[in-house]
Amino acid sequence: MSNYLLKRVLMMFLTLWIIVTLTFSLMHAIPGNPFASESDQLPEQILANLRAKYHLDEPLPVQYFMYLKNLVSLDLGPSIKSDSRNVNDMIADGFSASAWLGGQAIVVALIFGVLFGIIAALNRNRALDYIAMALAVLGVAVPSFILAPLLINYLAIKLPLFPVATWGTWMHTVLPSLALAFGPIAIITRYMRASMIEVMNQNYIRTAEAKGIPTVLIVIKHGIRNAILPVVTFLGPLIASLITGTFVVEKIFAIPGIGKYFVDGIFNRDYPVILGTTIFYSAILIVTIFLIDIAYSLIDPRIRLTKKEG
Amino acid sequence: MKEHLLSIENLKVNFKTYGGEVQAVRGVTFHVEKGETVAIVGESGCGKSVTAQAIMGLIPNPPGRIVDGKVVFEGTEISKLPKKELLGIRGTQIGMVFQDPMTALNPTMKVGAQIVEGFVRSQKVSREEAKKRAIEMLRLVGIPDPEQRVDQYPHQFSGGMRQRVVIAIALACNPKLVIADEPTTALDVTIQAQILDLLKQLQEEQELAVVIITHDLGVVAEIAHRMVVMYAGMVVETGTVEEVFANPRHPYTWGLMRSLPRLDESEKQRLVPIEGAPPDLFNPPAGCAFAARCDFAMEICKQQMPPTTTFGEGHEAVCWLHDERAPRIDELVAAGRQDS
Repeated sequence: MSNYLLKRVLMMFLTLWIIVTLTFSLMHAIPGNPFASESDQLPEQILANLRAKYHLDEPLPVQYFMYLKNLVSLDLGPSIKSDSRNVNDMIADGFSASAWLGGQAIVVALIFGVLFGIIAALNRNRALDYIAMALAVLGVAVPSFILAPLLINYLAIKLPLFPVATWGTWMHTVLPSLALAFGPIAIITRYMRASMIEVMNQNYIRTAEAKGIPTVLIVIKHGIRNAILPVVTFLGPLIASLITGTFVVEKIFAIPGIGKYFVDGIFNRDYPVILGTTIFYSAILIVTIFLIDIAYSLIDPRIRLTKKEG
Repeated sequence: MKEHLLSIENLKVNFKTYGGEVQAVRGVTFHVEKGETVAIVGESGCGKSVTAQAIMGLIPNPPGRIVDGKVVFEGTEISKLPKKELLGIRGTQIGMVFQDPMTALNPTMKVGAQIVEGFVRSQKVSREEAKKRAIEMLRLVGIPDPEQRVDQYPHQFSGGMRQRVVIAIALACNPKLVIADEPTTALDVTIQAQILDLLKQLQEEQELAVVIITHDLGVVAEIAHRMVVMYAGMVVETGTVEEVFANPRHPYTWGLMRSLPRLDESEKQRLVPIEGAPPDLFNPPAGCAFAARCDFAMEICKQQMPPTTTFGEGHEAVCWLHDERAPRIDELVAAGRQDS
């Protein structure tokens, strides 16, 4: 096991390094530079000084190795556009809000998705199933930038239950979390329904019925654990993308998360911000996938992380 | 009249499908005494598994439903019981052994927990007692190292071992009746023999009544006291195993006997199949369902359901050949038997 962990961690670092390298080359392949918008207003000398300050005048391989060197000491570098702050600070400031929202959305999505999926599966081809499936289609089809204003309109303006926007108390987190959770609820419902229908037709469910176990207990004790794997698979990328912030929902609710840095960084050709946010997202994704793999082996004893023993 | 442990009277089960309503079981009547092994024999699709599921109330509804008849267990009509009371009988009074041990166990649950799940529910025992019971059951069905095996998962067991676990599940609550639905079909021959021996031994030790469903006459001869031959959703012949094997009375039973390979013939002989296919159960024939495949069919066979003829000792057959008006019955029956 410890051997496996060591291998896995090494692979994670290797993956991260490949991502850094690819992002670095792709980023410099985009036309333009951080000072493109000011270049006709500023004298040549000042531009040259700016480039020198951020080492943009060095050859690319040199910049690459300088970046790697800083990265090893976990320094993501300064932001070129907002010169008072560096990328580490930006992520540190925004991550708590984004992670809180994302985490809340994931919990909500998981609970309701699994619940709706089970209800739909048990009432297959009956009214409750059709309702759940209709909601699921809506959830996939309606984008969050439609849902968020609707939520604000009905639950903050017409019925002033929650604050309209901004960040502060827990009440501020409810609407954005719901807006974030809606899509994932729909997807999890569909996954859970499909796999629950399959599981409930398995012979071991009939065995449990023959033991005289009531249906509710069969679902809880025999059904969920066997049916949840597809949902767990989907959870990996979902967790990574939700807790690292979402541009649209954070923008609509004026939340100081990190979602906007992904987009702003690219618009501004703010090289350290692009690299920093990408690395941050990748690191979280890689770690989540690793945790999901461990979760698999805990859920299904037939799945083994290491090769040995039957 | 003496009360049977289990009696099934005129049971009819239909399944709704897109093509119409299939009459899977069309009036089955038989009974099981305490401590007796009854085999239900018949080809695939003749309704034997559906009958077994109907006894347990396990017919998936929809699409299936019991349209007529009743299942009486120890004087209680269990086919009419509300689900909650039925749950109290399932597992505790009647245990069930399923066909395919590779899929009959939950892959994500320890076998010990699966064995005593029903027991814990009905007896409300503590964790330690439950585990002790699970170990005891594993030992009973002949699994070595039960103390370690109890905490393992099904994938760590071989096919034969899993079937032993399935049997342990069926027996965990000391039921009076065990229904075994083709318990050996999915196993290879040597393991089949072991499982049959185990069932037989448990049946004798625990004074169990067993209903064993099979299409293998070898299994019947090995384990059963009485047999029920089913064809196209109906019983065509019942009797003690000795009687039916020695004096089969229904042409379908003759056919089954003739299709058996024999070890005692010195010459190699071709097996004789029953030609044709079973009738369409969407629209079953008005007369005897076997008439179309029967070498001895008469005109009346196709038009009217045959009556039941009793030959003593509970040996019954449902065939027109035994009507007193039927011609040359003795020669025909003898001819049928001669071929066997």
